[in-house]
Amino acid sequence: MRKPSVTVEKICLLAGKIMLASGAETYRVEDTMDRIARCYGIENPQSYATLTGLHFSLDYTSSSYFLRITKRATDLHKIDEVNQLSREIVAEQMPLSTAYDKLKTLEKHVPTFSLSFQVLAAALVSGCFSLMFGGIWPDFLPACLAGGIGYLTMILFDKMIEIRFLAEFFGASFVGLIALSCFSLGFGGSLEMIIIGAVMPLVPGLPITNAIRDLMAGHLVSGVSKGIESLLTAVAIGAGIAIVYGFFPV
Amino acid sequence: MLEIIIQLAASFIASAGFGVLFNAPKKSLIPCGLVGMIGWIFFYTLTNHQVDIVAATAFAAILVSILSQVCSRILKRPIIIFTVSGIIPLVPGGVAYNAMRNFVENDYNTAIQLSAQVMLLAGGIAIGLMFSQVINQIMTKLQKARQ
Repeated sequence: MRKPSVTVEKICLLAGKIMLASGAETYRVEDTMDRIARCYGIENPQSYATLTGLHFSLDYTSSSYFLRITKRATDLHKIDEVNQLSREIVAEQMPLSTAYDKLKTLEKHVPTFSLSFQVLAAALVSGCFSLMFGGIWPDFLPACLAGGIGYLTMILFDKMIEIRFLAEFFGASFVGLIALSCFSLGFGGSLEMIIIGAVMPLVPGLPITNAIRDLMAGHLVSGVSKGIESLLTAVAIGAGIAIVYGFFPV
Repeated sequence: MLEIIIQLAASFIASAGFGVLFNAPKKSLIPCGLVGMIGWIFFYTLTNHQVDIVAATAFAAILVSILSQVCSRILKRPIIIFTVSGIIPLVPGGVAYNAMRNFVENDYNTAIQLSAQVMLLAGGIAIGLMFSQVINQIMTKLQKARQ
């Protein structure tokens, strides 16, 4: 079978898709797409990125291409790689097919850190946060346990069920359950500090920061939708904890 | 003194750990941790000296965004990598938790008060991040003017 020819718009859309799906700010996505297009001699590239879709056309009167983004995750490594690659493309005037192949391999790139290492990091993060927010040493281990298991639950549910915000809800309720059982078995100084620390790995840090940065760059549609996304995630976490409190009043 | 050392270590591990959760490039984990650590210690000292928590958050966020700007220029990586891990310790998790808990316990007055504080704290973070954008634009314009 003949390989379909690679065009500038294909490269731009692919680069934009990888960045958006990894959680980059929309203004950065548009900027990268425009930059790549300009380096291939397009004078008036028109790109428009939102949280759920990408538009790109070579000129404002030429036909426009559209790409739907369904799955979004947080992967700073990929954003960084595409950023580096776009610099290389601009600097070296890379041939279209090479650039396309490089982007394709980048897209399939597996995460740098294994799941077990991430869970370990989540556990440490939780313990440290409970110390930072005013907890005492006995809170450290229960927070680690609750945070690690809560994060693992969130990842597993995210893979199993494709309903947004449900993973965070279950993650938070596991955090609540484990923290509550640790506390009632006599471990830890204060239940509050354990839960506050252990919930931190679930907090949508990237959407919050991105929402602010996008709003400031004038990307109101993406900024507001990201803000709503993080607000709903926060509500889901709160509800997860609240349901535990509802069943087992302290 | 011991308290400060514990806070330094905890905030470093927490910020770098968040880098791992967000799958940041390996080489940027230590700068991520440092940015988070300096931002948090600044916030911690300010609040210990009776500075209002909203103001302290805004100042710490400004510091974090300046440091991230420096890191992203030196290491030539997107600034978002550093800001995210630096900002995370300033996110008002504790206040939000208390607000939510009061909602569950049907104490709406306290809950609304705490929610308003959460909104203000988030605004403080936004101001801090905005400040970095301002500095960035001034620096780029100065560079252009010099050429």
